[in-house]
Amino acid sequence: MKPIKNKFIITFPTIEAAMAMEKACLVSGTPGRLIPVPTQISAGCGMCWCAELQDGEACRLLVKERKLVYEAFEDI
Amino acid sequence: MIYFDNAATGYRKPPVVIEAVCRALQGTGNAGRGVNEASLSAARLVFETRSLLSAMFGGDGPSQTVFTANATEALNVAAEGLLHPGDHVVTTVLEHNSVLRPLYRLQDRGILLTIVGADAKGRLDMAALERAVRPDTRAVFCTHASNLTGNLVDIARIGAMTRKKGLLFVVDAAQTAGLFPIDMSAMGIDALCLTGHKSLMGPQGTGALLLREGVMAAPLKVGGSGIRTFDREHPAAMPTRLEAGTLNVHGIAGLGAALRYISSVGQDRIRAREQALAARFYRGIRAVPGVTVYGDFEAAERAPIVSLNLTGVDSGAVSDALMTSYGIVTRSGGHCAPLMHRALGTEKTGAVRFSFGYDNTEEEVDTAIRAIRELAE
Repeated sequence: MKPIKNKFIITFPTIEAAMAMEKACLVSGTPGRLIPVPTQISAGCGMCWCAELQDGEACRLLVKERKLVYEAFEDI
Repeated sequence: MIYFDNAATGYRKPPVVIEAVCRALQGTGNAGRGVNEASLSAARLVFETRSLLSAMFGGDGPSQTVFTANATEALNVAAEGLLHPGDHVVTTVLEHNSVLRPLYRLQDRGILLTIVGADAKGRLDMAALERAVRPDTRAVFCTHASNLTGNLVDIARIGAMTRKKGLLFVVDAAQTAGLFPIDMSAMGIDALCLTGHKSLMGPQGTGALLLREGVMAAPLKVGGSGIRTFDREHPAAMPTRLEAGTLNVHGIAGLGAALRYISSVGQDRIRAREQALAARFYRGIRAVPGVTVYGDFEAAERAPIVSLNLTGVDSGAVSDALMTSYGIVTRSGGHCAPLMHRALGTEKTGAVRFSFGYDNTEEEVDTAIRAIRELAE
């Protein structure tokens, strides 16, 4: 199978932070889903938010508006 | 069976709680272990219940809400995690062993302990508590309500004092969570210790420790965390910092359903009913010759507990007679509250405790009144 690429990724320090992102996205209709962290990225928590690259800006804005805890934004 | 031992545990759970646990038992993954629909589904459930608890108690969010097996574990985490040798701690004679024993163990390892007394009705000496604070005091640990007398402690007043003096305030809410409004933020509570299986109406094996943001406790147990697998040390980030191993997700499912149930019925309505039942019982037995009742029944608010003795009769014998002759369940003996018994002079006799729940009825209370009158003859 093909490696994950051309995606916008948000990593988190804890599972709760990842859950908070998922809930916020569900409520706001922001696209994406939780996936295992790709091995090319290092993160505290083993799950990350994965969205299409074109949805990255919407995800960043949501994180900022809701003051969600995260580790890093990555384009892969 | 007429069940009047709700202070020990809620005997029957609301149907929605039973359904939630059964649903979880029919299929639940391990929250935070892997990223698949089973584990994510469990993680969402856990996150939602953390959020509900934090909202109910004015906490600082799901990350500051730690699941424990019960209030005892929460109190152990708080005591072991927050205190160091040389710290002075103030506590009270109203406390359950779940507060006292962790503090005694720490006392053996170098913390300094002051235990504040109560009067003949079991009312905490608040002035003495305030006087007990000294320059090396680090924390006040106290219960919100005595599990023996039902007397409440003015935790808002204590919290205002501890906040002003820069002390930690740890509250044992085992007897009040789910019944009385508790707002950590408004009441200056730094650590709130809860059990899920009493007035929160959840399953046994559930509890929580809510910590104010910025209050960092060292972990009691370390191990599997679901994150930072390749780190030698247990993760420092909350709430994982204070949780290790698989959570009781089946129980947490039930607890979440219980919290929603309490919100839908209304905590005030539940409390009013239980207090009315306790007051009905008290009015029915207080003037019975040979009955001694313990506690402050003039207080505006009380936990729904009435403890008593029959003159010259062992409390265990009374409890046994209530069970065998009337089918009434109570608790006799020491109630894990040794200092409260000592303060009330009931160390040798113990006491018979009646504790009322939302599903008890006036008819059951009237049966208990008749039973006490007959046993006292």
